[in-house]
Amino acid sequence: MTTEQELSVDRLIDDPRTRIVVCCGSGGVGKTTTAAAIGLRAAERGRRTVVLTIDPARRLAQSMGLTELDNTPRPVKGVTGPDGPDGPGELHAMMLDMKRTFDEVVIAHADPERARAILENPFYQSLSAGFAGTQEYMAMEKLGQLRATGAWDLIVVDTPPSRSALDFLDAPSRLGSFLDGRIIRVLMAPAKVGGRGAMKFLNVGVGMVTGTLGKIFGSQLLTDLQTFVAAMDSMFGGFRERADRTYQLLKAEGTAFLVVAAPERDALREAAYFVDRLAADEMPLAGLVLNRVHGTGAPQLSAERAHAAAQSLEENGAEHEPGQADADVLAAGLLRLHAERMEVMVRERRTRDRFVSVYPDVPIVEVPALAGDVHDLDGLRLIGHRLGGTAED
Amino acid sequence: MAGTEEPTEARGGPDWEGVRLHVVSGKGGTGKTTVAAALALALAAEGRRTLLIEVEGRQGIAELFGIAALPYEERKVATVSAAQLGGPAKGRGQVNGEVFALAIDTEQALLEYLDMFYKLGRAGKALQKVGFVDFATTIAPGVRDVLLTGKACEAARRKGPDGRRAYDAVVMDAPPTGRLTRFLNVNSEVAGLARFGPIHSQAQAVMGVLKSPETAVHLVTLLEEMPVQETVDGFTELRAAGLPTGGVMVNMVRPPVLDAAAVAAVHGDHREEVALALVEAGLGGRSRTAATRRAAVEPLLDPLLDQAREHAERVALEHEQRADLAALRLPSYELPLLSGGVDLGGLYRLAGELKAQGAA
Repeated sequence: MTTEQELSVDRLIDDPRTRIVVCCGSGGVGKTTTAAAIGLRAAERGRRTVVLTIDPARRLAQSMGLTELDNTPRPVKGVTGPDGPDGPGELHAMMLDMKRTFDEVVIAHADPERARAILENPFYQSLSAGFAGTQEYMAMEKLGQLRATGAWDLIVVDTPPSRSALDFLDAPSRLGSFLDGRIIRVLMAPAKVGGRGAMKFLNVGVGMVTGTLGKIFGSQLLTDLQTFVAAMDSMFGGFRERADRTYQLLKAEGTAFLVVAAPERDALREAAYFVDRLAADEMPLAGLVLNRVHGTGAPQLSAERAHAAAQSLEENGAEHEPGQADADVLAAGLLRLHAERMEVMVRERRTRDRFVSVYPDVPIVEVPALAGDVHDLDGLRLIGHRLGGTAED
Repeated sequence: MAGTEEPTEARGGPDWEGVRLHVVSGKGGTGKTTVAAALALALAAEGRRTLLIEVEGRQGIAELFGIAALPYEERKVATVSAAQLGGPAKGRGQVNGEVFALAIDTEQALLEYLDMFYKLGRAGKALQKVGFVDFATTIAPGVRDVLLTGKACEAARRKGPDGRRAYDAVVMDAPPTGRLTRFLNVNSEVAGLARFGPIHSQAQAVMGVLKSPETAVHLVTLLEEMPVQETVDGFTELRAAGLPTGGVMVNMVRPPVLDAAAVAAVHGDHREEVALALVEAGLGGRSRTAATRRAAVEPLLDPLLDQAREHAERVALEHEQRADLAALRLPSYELPLLSGGVDLGGLYRLAGELKAQGAA
């Protein structure tokens, strides 16, 4: 007996005001599959949709025709809108290439000579190749780009498998605060004015700081870093502006966050954490997608009765003729299997109810557990159908 | 039921004798923190002392052991005897082992690290003032990875005043597989960036430990397609990077209740016999006529058979996944699915499994 609302993904994606759907949640809960299924469903319901995935499983990527990582949305074959190929509705998909995205930002914001200096700088190369954190920045950057083109009715984003949910939301503001940071100015100082002006401004001996940094990093790294920072200087304003704009985009009307989870304690704890964080940042939460929920066609047979029946069959099996004795063993197995299923369902229900009692206002949609992974469009359609919810036609 | 318990092989010595640093990774959702904790417990049996390191700031260790959030400080979280893990109750088993845990706070680790290597004094304060600490730990996250791997190596190599190792083994709950090789290789990267100077030597030293036989990188997986694929890719990457591969930890293994052959047999011909068996088990109710009782079990038949088909499909998939894992030719350990999640008792049970299978 639950009082929570049911989430209708159809209502969300059918609403022309919805322009961005962000799927977030901890790793291993089916986030990428959910994003792909929502994108496909939206396209087949008539919207011009693009799915931005971060790190899809190989076969899922192949099913969407993503054989190479080229950082550009590609049309997914075999997908048309409700009125056929000439009507509205299409699906594009792309995989994020984080280094290339970073390179493109540099090229777009610096004159060719400066851009070359940055791209060749070893510090930049190492940073852009994907230390932890870069992926979050670049995912946000790419989302901003896709939105800015205006070519899409709907953008569905799969978030990076972050070390914590926070990184994803923090990326733009962290970049902002870094750009305001005095370390940048200190590093810039020797390259610009030989340090004197900055020294007075900061009340710190710039020579002492750079000297210390040199001691820690070795002077060659410090030189590389200073060159890098100096070359990036002209871009910082642009960078910051973009980061702020993307953050605002996430808060704006037209964006909807879906938290994805599985009915397990850890996954729902992460989900709860994410729901709190979204609320704190006033990000628009549309609801919770609960993947891999188990069900049964025979709910009337409880685990206890199934166990008891299995036990009686196992005990009496020997008294029968061979044919029926085999069937008894099988039936006992079926009953044990069912009992196990019922126990899983009870546990999942309890975990879900705990979440609901804390977050009664968060709409939920459940997606049943499938035996294997999804790796074709039909599988995605099936999931999309389950996600559709009450607006189902 | 036959075949539900895999017999645990008796082996000679533990498989990872001589390994000081155990790095545990896996795809998100595979339970790598749980497995890392169980391994730290297993390695601590027989009067040993181990350190369990958490690097992602999730406080998953505190959660598992049911204690308050861990500060940035090595503190004892559990004691363990060999008997608790199913070993002999006599001899070494009587001495309790100890598990310590450390949740690394990156900022404090950076300051400690700077303090350890350079007597910075005022300069250190100046660095803090200009936001270097923020810069280094958030914007240049490579630095974060250097600190984390550096701390783990330091703990693994640390010696007490008596010249003995501070810990017999260090277990690190590392970032997920997708980021693992870069995480472990970050010191190579930094050593390449800083071609001279103290950071360079430090990075070289850490890499030396990570690539030595004193380190083993274990990957946790489930018997599902994506985690197995990531595990196979992960070991390939580790090998390519020259990092020492450890074992395959298969987590949340469910015992097969029925095999595919049994399910196939149930179809068609045997449907009626199964129905009779259900009636006989009392599921047809207490009606006097056989026909009514038979009719009463009819609504159960299709759902039960459907569940059996799903189960068989899953067992067949798991069989394929096992074959892919076996092709890695690495020691492999199987941990059972604990229904209702892992509590402290469950953790000791998993540790016992690891010990029985030779992982510790």
